[in-house]
Amino acid sequence: MSGNVRTSLASAAPASIPLPVNQGLPAPRVRFWAYGSTLFKVLGLGAFAFFLFGPLANLVLWSFAERWYAPFKLPVTYGTRYWEVVFRPTGDAMSSLLTSVGIACLTVLVALAVSIPAGYALARLKLPWRTALMILFLLPQAFPSVAIYINVARVFYSIGLTGTVPGVVLVHAAHGLVYSVWIAAAAFAAVDRDLELAARNIGASPLRTFFTITLPLAAPGIMASAIFVFLESLDEFTGTFFVGVPQVTTLPLLLYNASMGGNYQIASITALILLVPSVLFMLVIERFLKADVLSKVGQ
Amino acid sequence: MDSSVVAAIDVDRLQVSYGSQPVLHGVNLTVAPGEFIAILGSSGCGKTTLLRTIAGFQKASGGSIRLFGRDVVDMPPEKRGMAMMFQSYALWPHMTVLGNVGYGLRLRSVPKDEIRSRVAAILKILGLSGLEDRTVTNLSGGQRQRVALGRALAIEPKILLLDEPLSNLDAKVRIQLRSEIKSLQNRLGFTAVHVTHDREEAMTMADRIVVMDAGRIVQVGTPEEVFDRPNSPFVASFMGAENTIELDVRPSGFSVEVHAGNGSAATWDGPVPVGPVTAYFRDDAASLEDPHAHIDGSLVLPGRIAQRTYPGGSYRYLVAVGDRHFSVTDGQYHEVDRPVGLRLPLELLHLFPATQPKGKVHA
Repeated sequence: MSGNVRTSLASAAPASIPLPVNQGLPAPRVRFWAYGSTLFKVLGLGAFAFFLFGPLANLVLWSFAERWYAPFKLPVTYGTRYWEVVFRPTGDAMSSLLTSVGIACLTVLVALAVSIPAGYALARLKLPWRTALMILFLLPQAFPSVAIYINVARVFYSIGLTGTVPGVVLVHAAHGLVYSVWIAAAAFAAVDRDLELAARNIGASPLRTFFTITLPLAAPGIMASAIFVFLESLDEFTGTFFVGVPQVTTLPLLLYNASMGGNYQIASITALILLVPSVLFMLVIERFLKADVLSKVGQ
Repeated sequence: MDSSVVAAIDVDRLQVSYGSQPVLHGVNLTVAPGEFIAILGSSGCGKTTLLRTIAGFQKASGGSIRLFGRDVVDMPPEKRGMAMMFQSYALWPHMTVLGNVGYGLRLRSVPKDEIRSRVAAILKILGLSGLEDRTVTNLSGGQRQRVALGRALAIEPKILLLDEPLSNLDAKVRIQLRSEIKSLQNRLGFTAVHVTHDREEAMTMADRIVVMDAGRIVQVGTPEEVFDRPNSPFVASFMGAENTIELDVRPSGFSVEVHAGNGSAATWDGPVPVGPVTAYFRDDAASLEDPHAHIDGSLVLPGRIAQRTYPGGSYRYLVAVGDRHFSVTDGQYHEVDRPVGLRLPLELLHLFPATQPKGKVHA
């Protein structure tokens, strides 16, 4: 966006140089329109930034507000007391952060264990019902999640999985599989078949070919899918709420409890903590997901 | 071929289909050890399918493939002991030059130091010394295909398959690599099967040429045989004889008289089909003469020059004879629209009975 502003300024600059040949509009009017459009873009950017960063700024304010009540527009006293509460090693926040990260890692492992073979099969083998299979992984996203998770909770209750970490991991994995299977299938499909045949041709077994050629070449796409699954698991609320409560408390649940209890400071700090991995991984994902993989997603 | 020597490749009534679509209709081909074979044909004729079936990438639906007497038709590609060069190079971008060339040796559990020294020796032959640790994505097209050749030769294969490996390269690099592959083959003595649609490439590299059309082999022979004595209109036009003219051959005593439609005729005593025939000839077989010339053993058709181009070396003319146009290469400069005589030496015409279905004209 800033690039646009720069180009319009650059195009305005030559117009301000007096030209020997009359080029239609006189120079002052050209300058007026150039500045006008620049101003418009700046205003647009400002509005965009306000909608994007306004709520975030509010979060940051709340996390440092020790006392803030009406009619004051800004906090009355600032301080880091609540940060200390959250980061106290024995506090709820740290233990639920650990639970969250642990569950997210396990979810990634479960999702990869399914999506690597499933993605390879969907990309390489001539499967009947291929489209139906792809849509099957989409189903958990297609229905209202509350209805699904209430029923999942009932089933899990009867087999003793409610309130356990494996139960929550399974719910998160089912939810994350749509990303991991679709992206893994695209990543495998983007590997040129001749590259595998070249290895088979000079003596590599199918398994050896998979581990030395196919998997390393699909790895960036699979990494990206793992990151998506990790982030989805970290942010997941509904499933954890119905299956994990009260024994398993993840960060989103802590955030929910804190804000329901009117403890906006704790809620804000938890939200900011949840934001960190998302931002970090989004930067990484952009490097991993190449155009040739993206173009094959869902095919 | 000497029948006491076991053939390197013996393809017997090989059939391949994609689904219900037959692609190869019973192909027979025998390749002697150390022989360089070029499979020539237009796209979709099944030449690549034949090569990939020999390599084991494509399942045969009938027939057999024997390599040095061993039936491999049901074997997976890794058990067949051959190597292949791909049109797309098929180098592994996540490995260095050393990783690519040494892959086959690593599979065979060759110690690391030995892999390094053997790869270095191969790279030296290919003029790539010192590039071991470069990633293959940083190489030029010619260098990449050399690395692919090195990777194939590293396992010392008895059979090398070439799937149009030169068609993505610049003209200059292509000609260079052509002679390099050929001289390496002479030196190392492997058997080579080269698939190409480039006639000149096939002619210059191969000991024998196999011409394929619509899933069948239509002619097998040395480059001279296939070029000078095509056995069908298809092979004739594929080998560059793209001019056609209808003639009439009448017996006269011990020889025959060949008549063109406009009344010019010549006698000939070679073996030719009698009756209405179609003659196929290359543009360099014909030449331009005086319109009223009479030359023994040649037909002279009066015509007019419709177009002249200079591709270098000699001129290429489009000559109108009646309502037909013929392309002719001639060293002499002639003005456009000049009346000329199109001279067709009978010995350079490929005559086929006119009732035979006309072969597809190769573009």
